[in-house]
Amino acid sequence: MPKDHGIGASPKRREDVRFLTGAGNYTDDINVHGQAYVHFLRSDMAHGTINKIDTSAAEGMPGVVRIFTGADFEGVGGLPCGWEITDKNGDAMKEPGHPVLCQGKVRHVGDPIAAVVADSLEEARTAAEAIELDITELPAVVDMGKALEAGSTKVHDDLADNLCYDWQFGSDTETTDAAFKSAAHVTTLELVNNRLVANPMEPRVAVGDYSRANDEHTLYTTSQNPHVIRLLMGAFVLGIPEHKLRVVAPDVGGGFGTKIFHYAEEAFCTFAAKACNRPVKWTSTRSEAFMSDAHGRDHVTTIELALDKDNNFLAVRTDTKANMGAYLSTFASSVPTWLHGTLMAGNYKTPAVQVNVKAVFTNTVPVDAYRGAGRPEATFQLERVIDKAARELGVDPIALRRQNFITQFPYATPVAVEYDTGDYEATMAKMEELMDIGGFAARRKASEAKGMLRGLGVNCFIEACGIAPSNLVGQLGARAGLYDAATVRVNATGSISVMVGAHSHGQGHETVFPQVVAEMLGIDEGMIDIVHGDTSKIPFGMGTYGSRSLAVCGSAMVRATEKIINKAKKIAGHLLEASDSDIELKDGQFTVAGTDKSVAWGDVTLAAYVPHNYPLEDIEPGLEETAFYDPANFTYPAGAYACEVEVDPETGKVTIEKFVSADDFGNVVNPMIVEGQVHGGIAQGIGQALLENCAYDENGQLLSASYMDYAMPRADDIPHMASYVVDHSCQTPCTHNPLGVKGCGEAGAIGSPPTVVNAVIDALHSGGHTHVSHIDMPVSPSRVWAAMNGQ
Amino acid sequence: MYSFDIQRPTSVGDAVAALGTDEALPLGGGQTLIPTLKQRLSAPSVLVSLSGIAEMKGVCTGDDGALCIGGGTTHATVAKEASVYPGLAALAGNIGDPAVRNRGTIGGSLANNDPSACYPAAALGSGATIVTNTRSIAADDYFQGMFATALNEGEIITEVRFPVPEKSAYMKFEQPASRFALVGVFVAKYADGVRVAVTGASEEGVFRWTEAEAALSSNFSADAVPAAPSGDGMISDLHGSGAYRAHLVAVMTKRAVAAAS
Ligand SMILES: Cc1cc2nc3c(=O)[nH]c(=O)nc-3n(C[C@H](O)[C@H](O)[C@H](O)COP(=O)(O)OP(=O)(O)OC[C@H]3O[C@@H](n4cnc5c(N)ncnc54)[C@H](O)[C@@H]3O)c2cc1C
Repeated sequence: MPKDHGIGASPKRREDVRFLTGAGNYTDDINVHGQAYVHFLRSDMAHGTINKIDTSAAEGMPGVVRIFTGADFEGVGGLPCGWEITDKNGDAMKEPGHPVLCQGKVRHVGDPIAAVVADSLEEARTAAEAIELDITELPAVVDMGKALEAGSTKVHDDLADNLCYDWQFGSDTETTDAAFKSAAHVTTLELVNNRLVANPMEPRVAVGDYSRANDEHTLYTTSQNPHVIRLLMGAFVLGIPEHKLRVVAPDVGGGFGTKIFHYAEEAFCTFAAKACNRPVKWTSTRSEAFMSDAHGRDHVTTIELALDKDNNFLAVRTDTKANMGAYLSTFASSVPTWLHGTLMAGNYKTPAVQVNVKAVFTNTVPVDAYRGAGRPEATFQLERVIDKAARELGVDPIALRRQNFITQFPYATPVAVEYDTGDYEATMAKMEELMDIGGFAARRKASEAKGMLRGLGVNCFIEACGIAPSNLVGQLGARAGLYDAATVRVNATGSISVMVGAHSHGQGHETVFPQVVAEMLGIDEGMIDIVHGDTSKIPFGMGTYGSRSLAVCGSAMVRATEKIINKAKKIAGHLLEASDSDIELKDGQFTVAGTDKSVAWGDVTLAAYVPHNYPLEDIEPGLEETAFYDPANFTYPAGAYACEVEVDPETGKVTIEKFVSADDFGNVVNPMIVEGQVHGGIAQGIGQALLENCAYDENGQLLSASYMDYAMPRADDIPHMASYVVDHSCQTPCTHNPLGVKGCGEAGAIGSPPTVVNAVIDALHSGGHTHVSHIDMPVSPSRVWAAMNGQ
Repeated sequence: MYSFDIQRPTSVGDAVAALGTDEALPLGGGQTLIPTLKQRLSAPSVLVSLSGIAEMKGVCTGDDGALCIGGGTTHATVAKEASVYPGLAALAGNIGDPAVRNRGTIGGSLANNDPSACYPAAALGSGATIVTNTRSIAADDYFQGMFATALNEGEIITEVRFPVPEKSAYMKFEQPASRFALVGVFVAKYADGVRVAVTGASEEGVFRWTEAEAALSSNFSADAVPAAPSGDGMISDLHGSGAYRAHLVAVMTKRAVAAAS
């Protein structure tokens, strides 16, 4: 019988009641009395020198409060990057300035040149049209290869070139070269990991408010991590101490990574609210989102796989160019390095793995973490090259993977990380069962009878979640700790508020976190609420990304709840006149072991706050505990994915007929929510594989700047539910966190893109198009047709 | 959006009068015009809404047997009520999404003449007549290239008359993002010959594929469809090359012939 409450149960998401009835409180729902509105005048050129910005005509326009340009921010810091990468020659990465408003140059389409604050948004827009810009257009640097050529136009004149860093990691060159020399077979693949726009349903919003009465700033913002924004903006940009700055991220309508970062508009609204002595609000339009939200992915890679004569993997070597865009976004530098290179071993016991990454500046929107961040890029390369190798060698792609699986844990990879636990054979077997691999030949026949080509794609994946041990990431260049925090506040009548550093923007924390506390205390989940998203209410935690919420913040919550239980037992012991070591807590009752003497949860909590009969000499009144939790290691969710596609040989259109994921997330608290996370992640992976393409032309103009040209996955692009099976029954619990959980938020987006592409290649080969060894994503109809026809 | 005045006339005469003012534009379903206004790409001082004009709405059969559709009739209404012309009803039922179909109108679509829109293929492929407040225009004369038509300023499409074919079908290969036609082919078989109109493909907008018309007029079968036309002059963009579009013209024509009913 499935559980109906606590850990392992699937109660419906309590937050959905407000989301689905229009009662949510999103940032754009927040209106502060007397607020003005800001419109950003953004560059329509990819690259240019600003000669003059004449705001004089605009300043007199109706409703205008004040117009700001880069000059107003000269005394203010730039937007900081949170992770320093060390180049292979020992130098620190190049860190160009990132002003709040452009200074001297525009560097990408969408770069904010000026900001008009007015009584209404329409007045601000109209006034912005009256600003006279004198900008000399410069050649744009778009292609990473060209950007690295000697003599290329430079995105930042104060740097030597467009190279941010040249990073090498993993096995040394001697070892790697030797492995390749001894190989019986080497498979090489060049591929692109396509640039994506995150497209959360809710665009970004910022409202700055300032109180002259007590010199306090408040920023309401669409953020995944309000404390991180408070620290970055307060300490590095505006110089506001934490106790004078409150950052509130209320209901947030999806993040997918792009709401982690500290953005210019947040700093602007906070700054302008004080400068204008009026609250200032900005709501991004969808068009602005395309050119100002950090983009994702955008890697160009050559990967080589060396195998011995028995098809054992000997070595992997990669050479990647990673697009940073025009500036370093908050965590941009870490994505192609530590979040990517450390995963290049995959699920395989390859003895030598060497990763080479050049990060490159271009005249494009900054690129940063997007669901999976670095790990999808690693998985895609590795699982594509393995598939190509299997085809070249004429061996079964499942058998080839199996043969090379890591089977002993813990396992130290050649790329620094140590996998604590896993069972890749189990997820592979589960996938084969759910996919009915044996029935594929018959299904292919049936497709062929309709004139369609059918392909089967399989792959594995591993990811590192629960970011991260602070001392480790500190050594790797992170400029922050990556612990998290929770405060459990038990109220007098026994209800509980849990203040958490994690931030829920769709994940369902408000439902899941209480399940854990309720299980530990044996009380009803309805007595427990989660408080998140307001720095004035929650302890200093690092927020939600990297599938870390339950693994890191949830662990802090468990530790805090354990402290509560310990103290409550002392109170219960006092009330029951027994030693606290004899007290047992079960189903919300404190019992003296081996007796029928007991006291209820509510009596104990009341005693804590009405301490008339209370051991005041031993313990303080009240029942509130905080814990900070710094993980001992990353967690390593892994799995095996498969899909079947049909390809229309006349049009090149790909349809996904069936998708199966077999994941190992360790323990699962709420299966329904886990399945929802995986469904959504796979939908995004299918989007990347088949549809999404953020494209620039050679002049740095964004070609896919709206939904007319940027294709998001829709319901009918995803297989019907009956053919869309997400399984998480294989569970090897994480060995180092109290819940044994690994994280599930990104798995679908990490595992699924190679599955789809592998299946398409398989379909084309079955149709005789054996010259097609790869098609870059998105595998659109026109690209499939071109590949089939050698165009 | 810039500010504008809005007028809601209830007759074609009043609408035409209202459009006489400077910088006035007719507003159909607003599915194209409103986004344009929101982006400040157009700045009319007056919008004359046609949605309150009863005489411009609805679907009926004329004395000559033609299907007559009021210029202000929504795609959803055509999808539901044009059952005598199943190829056309199916086309209307697959434009955009339900919200677009419940507001967007045939007059607005034909006036806009987007090179990837569906209705232009049906009108040209049926040899329809576009009726305005001043005249009747044959489809062959009406479409004049991307976003260009024979309409004069202030002229309103009040009705579109479609001769009903023996058989017809529209095959739309969707552009993956917008789901407009990357290539759409409308095939209609009349007693006196077959018409084939192609949308989405050409830099000149909707056009008749005359080679296919000739071949199909003598043998209405998918096998008779000629080899793909040249890719020269076909749209080449993020979603497909001219050569790909040209290839799809032939594929979609075959499929339309096979599906025609
Ligand atoms: C999300 C989305 C998806 C879409 N998908 C498709 C698709 O798949 N296929 C497709 O064909 N279309 C598609 N469209 C366009 C849709 O069909 C529009 O309805 C149509 O292009 C315009 O019709 P409208 O009535 O909304 O015109 P409006 O937007 O009101 O007007 C468009 C233009 O026509 C003028 N106009 C309007 N009515 C008349 C009239 N009676 N006489 C003269 N001039 C007039 C206006 O002044 C304006 O210049 C889509 C639109 C959207 C928003």
